[in-house]
Amino acid sequence: MAETDKKALRAQKRAEKARRKEEKYYLASQWQLMARKLGKHQLARISLIILGFLYFVALFGNFLAPYSLTEYDANSKDLPPTPLHFSHDGKFIGPFVYHAERQTVKMSVAEKSAAQKAAKERGEKYTPPTLIMTDDTEPIPIQWFVHGSSYKFLGLIESDLHLFGVEKGKVFLFGADSMGRDLFSRIILGSQVSLTIPFAGTLISFVLGLVIGSVSGYFGGWVDNVIQRVIEVLNSLPSLPLWMALSAAIPAGIPPVQMYLLITVILSLISWTGLARVVRGKFMSLKNEDYVMAAKLAGVSDMKIIMKHMVPGFMSYLIVNLTLGIPSMIIGETSMSFLGLGIQSPATSWGVLLKEAQDVTSIALHPWCLIPLFFVVLTVLAFNFLGDGMRDAADPYK
Amino acid sequence: MSEQTKDPNVILRVSHISKRFTSKGVCVRAVTDVSFDVRKGETIGIVGESGCGKTTLGRCVVRAIEASEGEVKYTARDGVTYDFLRLNKADMKKVRKEIQMIFQDPYSSLDPRMTVIDIIAEPLKANYPKMPKAEVEQRVIEIAKRVGLNTTYLKRYPHAFSGGQRQRIGIARALILHPQVIVCDEAVSALDVSIQAQIINLLKDLQKELELTYLFISHDLSVVEHISDKVGVMYLGRLVEFGETDKLFSRPRHPYTEALLSAVPIADPDIQNERIPLQGEIPNPANPPSGCYFHERCRYCQEKCVQEVPDLHEADGRMVACHFAEELHLRGFDYGQD
Repeated sequence: MAETDKKALRAQKRAEKARRKEEKYYLASQWQLMARKLGKHQLARISLIILGFLYFVALFGNFLAPYSLTEYDANSKDLPPTPLHFSHDGKFIGPFVYHAERQTVKMSVAEKSAAQKAAKERGEKYTPPTLIMTDDTEPIPIQWFVHGSSYKFLGLIESDLHLFGVEKGKVFLFGADSMGRDLFSRIILGSQVSLTIPFAGTLISFVLGLVIGSVSGYFGGWVDNVIQRVIEVLNSLPSLPLWMALSAAIPAGIPPVQMYLLITVILSLISWTGLARVVRGKFMSLKNEDYVMAAKLAGVSDMKIIMKHMVPGFMSYLIVNLTLGIPSMIIGETSMSFLGLGIQSPATSWGVLLKEAQDVTSIALHPWCLIPLFFVVLTVLAFNFLGDGMRDAADPYK
Repeated sequence: MSEQTKDPNVILRVSHISKRFTSKGVCVRAVTDVSFDVRKGETIGIVGESGCGKTTLGRCVVRAIEASEGEVKYTARDGVTYDFLRLNKADMKKVRKEIQMIFQDPYSSLDPRMTVIDIIAEPLKANYPKMPKAEVEQRVIEIAKRVGLNTTYLKRYPHAFSGGQRQRIGIARALILHPQVIVCDEAVSALDVSIQAQIINLLKDLQKELELTYLFISHDLSVVEHISDKVGVMYLGRLVEFGETDKLFSRPRHPYTEALLSAVPIADPDIQNERIPLQGEIPNPANPPSGCYFHERCRYCQEKCVQEVPDLHEADGRMVACHFAEELHLRGFDYGQD
């Protein structure tokens, strides 16, 4: 008797649980359904985690990077990634590095002049041969929370704390560049530009596209006609010469990051056209939707109809569009810096880093210069997969 | 207006409504010169094949689209007669809520991003912005009960409801402002037959309770016959016959009505209904035929029909637009029983 009671109780509980789950589905708003579906999209979830990590690193970049952008060391030119060691003389002493530096090979005067002559015959500039000297007698332990160059966290809080560092010499996790600067630090600090400025650009073109597209779609008629023709003209401008003209037009005196921001702003002033077209199309199709007409007949004002019925109707689409727009802006930033139109050293973005890696010598002799490329690809892929997942999730009623 | 004062029961006088759509220089006359009167508490059925302009007519009457010509004289609750198509903003705000609409597609007529309670409450909030929340909610619940919705589900989104339930939500939304006139644009066409019957009975009950006047637009003759007091038959944007349902169904006076009625299936295997197949396609409304619009497909067509446009005139207690309405003996809808 008691057993059957228990069974019945359990079944009841199970039914209750199932009912509650179903109820939750019925009560779910569009955003909740979207978020749920996005959570089920494996690639999108992984991408979200990666992007979260990258932005976290960018946010705390000054703290995580052991060196600042201006720190360089003439003795560390083109040093490969510093190997991390854990045991010295057969004894485990935690992570440490050996001091390494590039030294000019000592040559006699005759040897040197012969080498110079040979280089001249080959038509090359003479560079004295160098050797990397590693001092493996003295382990330099990696220290945590060290005081180094000072920075302003989030531009507000003054600090000189870094996550890790070494007391003597340098640690280059990703190697050093031709001026002896730490590539690891530069990638982290460069991400602060590469990951954020595209947002500004996308945001501006988003607002412009939304407003102009809405006007075009809502009013129609000659307004629509004029706007569409302007869009066609803007679309027909070749972008590369335009970039060059723009970077030439901006006065040279202003700080590099500000100048870059300015270029992005101008760029986004012409890149809103695609979004405007889409918004216009969405407006035109939603304008004839029955529920919009129902709202009109109920006496709801035009403004309210737009804000409550039409914009939410394509908001999910816009967010997808935004997500897919960011990677193209990142690529745009990278290619502009690559062409020398964007930020100039010592200010850094991933594009600047890639520009420095563009000669054959770098790729052949110092392949670690290409590490920034990996981050660009990773970010763009992550954004694309996230956008993909969002697009799938945007239509939750299927 | 003077005529309307003669018959105080006329709530809606549709006169000479025309709607033209112009696109790329081609002018399509969707509705041409349609006039009829609607008495308070009546149900007027508008039938016709697809593309005949019945939906356009309905939308012109509720002013979902603007008619090109004509007027709709509407006698509001306060006893004043307005020209509904030419109202100023202040009057419109007052009168708008008395003429509402029920839509065909219960899937696209509800915003998927709003809860049912918000959908039904939206007209209230738009017209009475100062109404306290509790009262809005109470009114929504009241109307939801009336249309047969389970009030515990009001916080759900439309995706959780079936077609019939959704149509009930649409009806609740149309009713919440206490309208006098409701235009039902194919209100049951998208539903299953069994659900159709439920919704039609609901509409009939509501009509009795709330003294509603319906303009019932449908292509389904049996539904229209069931619900309407009067029926208007449209062909190519024109009203070809308008009269009481029984009379019109049992003895049509227009050849097009006859052909339409012959197409209604009768649920009795013993009755062999001779169908009158119409020749050809419905003509292009951008380029209508001369004379009577129907003459190309009419089996009683004569010389006069090709040349002269027939007026809508009274014959046999209804309005007909046919030159030979008095002479022709047309077959009506055979009910099977008699």
